[in-house]
Amino acid sequence: MTMSAHLLLDVTDVSKRFGGVHALDSVGLQVPHGAIVGLIGPNGAGKTTFFNVITGLYPADSGIFLFDGKSYFPESVSEVTQSGLARTFQNIRLFGEMTVLENVMVGCHCRSKAGLLGAIFRLPSAKREEQAIREKSLALLAYVGLSEFANMQARNLSYGHQRRLEIARALATEPKLLALDEPAAGMNATEKLELRELLLRIRDDGKTILLIEHDVGLVMGICNSLTVLDYGKVIASGQPADVRVHPEVIKAYLGQGAV
Amino acid sequence: MLKAIQSNYLSRSAYLWLGALALLLLPWIVGASGGNYWVRVLDFALLYIVLALGLNVVVGFAGLLDLGYIAFYALGAYSFALLASPHLPTQFETIAAAFPGGMHFSPWMVAIFSIILAAVFGIVLGLPTLQLRGDYLAIVTLGFGEIIRIFMNNLDRPLNLTNGPKGITAIDPIQLFGISFAKTLELGVVKVPGLYLVFYLFLLLAITVAIVCMHLQNSRIGRAWIAIREDEIAAKAMGINTRNMKLLAFAIGASFAGVAGVLFSAFQGFVSPESFTLWESIVVLAMVVLGGIGHIPGVILGAVLLAIFPEVLRGIAQPLQQALFGHVVVDVEIIRQLVYGLALILIMLYRPGGIWQKSESR
Repeated sequence: MTMSAHLLLDVTDVSKRFGGVHALDSVGLQVPHGAIVGLIGPNGAGKTTFFNVITGLYPADSGIFLFDGKSYFPESVSEVTQSGLARTFQNIRLFGEMTVLENVMVGCHCRSKAGLLGAIFRLPSAKREEQAIREKSLALLAYVGLSEFANMQARNLSYGHQRRLEIARALATEPKLLALDEPAAGMNATEKLELRELLLRIRDDGKTILLIEHDVGLVMGICNSLTVLDYGKVIASGQPADVRVHPEVIKAYLGQGAV
Repeated sequence: MLKAIQSNYLSRSAYLWLGALALLLLPWIVGASGGNYWVRVLDFALLYIVLALGLNVVVGFAGLLDLGYIAFYALGAYSFALLASPHLPTQFETIAAAFPGGMHFSPWMVAIFSIILAAVFGIVLGLPTLQLRGDYLAIVTLGFGEIIRIFMNNLDRPLNLTNGPKGITAIDPIQLFGISFAKTLELGVVKVPGLYLVFYLFLLLAITVAIVCMHLQNSRIGRAWIAIREDEIAAKAMGINTRNMKLLAFAIGASFAGVAGVLFSAFQGFVSPESFTLWESIVVLAMVVLGGIGHIPGVILGAVLLAIFPEVLRGIAQPLQQALFGHVVVDVEIIRQLVYGLALILIMLYRPGGIWQKSESR
């Protein structure tokens, strides 16, 4: 098992049924440290279900889960995040009434520890921590290029900016693995280009990324490896160049005419 | 620029001092112009502020609709009523023997006890309702509030614990640092009536609770509550233990009501289940919603408005009808409910964030 040593996420044999529907059927996925791994597939292939299962939102029927060398069974979303696996959502889930800055500050929650008394009496330790949270959040906003919107209500952000804010918020939880569910959805060409830059920068800064994406250009361009799902099954995985010419993939996902 | 900031700061602190002075003089002005009745109204308004701020933690911050909030007020009130009145010693010989001088626990001690008791009951209510939201949660909490009230109403048999619907009388008045809040305090030439002393005490409590709420709101705990209100799944994905945070909100909201209840029963000298009906829960909720849900100054405004309004109405509607028709045509209580309902509908339609909502400009 020399392989698993450099794997950050290693899941095998994950199954999940909804009634009679086999949403995930013995799905396996490996994410090496420091890589960008893409998870692609047609609509309804089970990509988001897979995300929901590995992050503990839906309980898996079965499966073997290894994260950072440790076995885990995802049951609690908050504990998965605390262990270093943060995610964004396909249908953006920001805290709309809070400001952009506050959204990121919420992300710092699980890496801070001021308790009830610290908060009520504004104890020096709590004040210092609060200051640190604010500075860290501002730095993250600068990192994703949203500094100028810090005090705006999150729901008033444009679509592309909301997606960036979700990434900043997820980064605030200090993840080892950042799982992004269609971060480019609804973005225009310029925004996609900027997103690509951002993802590469995040990778270069030492994070590992798992990416669900429909935009083939983006996926092919930045992913080190790809896994293709169709009807809840893995039909191909490997280097983007190999996956691209895989006959099953062409049939299922890219369409017959793509050859 | 620096000068501008300085002068701005100065004027702010000046406003603060003026406000403090106005609050100190308020009972004297109101007492002189309207009599003790209106000072009493002010005292109750301050208790309602504490209640509304407590409920705001649960409903406004954490977004958990609680229709049984008044039960925690009842717990505090009955705690003090039982621990500082002749009721238990007259009912149970063993208790009478244990307290030969009568049961007279200090409000301080009972307040601390009530904070813990109410917080525990808050968690007891919170645990089975963790998975519930919105309407479903509202129904369960409503049931909880009614259960507590019905217990108070029926626990006169087989052992007379609460004296049932007749309530508990002869509760000790508030006494702190050897000062009785039921008597006039003579400070040299200045004579401070007990009602005014109560005002200052309740004011101190209301300010303390408001500051605690503000500190909580601007902490990681407050942000976690608001995140849960906004999107519970996303809050979980931020690593927030939503279960503990919800229970904390219930416990803190309840503990405020517990303290307020202790002071209420000491101030009234009498408690009965009638004071803790569903209607009271709804009034406190209306204060929060009408004033500005989740916004502390708004909630305070809502509490003051809705606490004083019925008394103003009583002062106007009754004499007006007497003068116009020679007798009272519509009962004041009915007019009050009518106006409450109308006000809430109008607020929901035209200003859903409340009268004094958070500024939108940010």
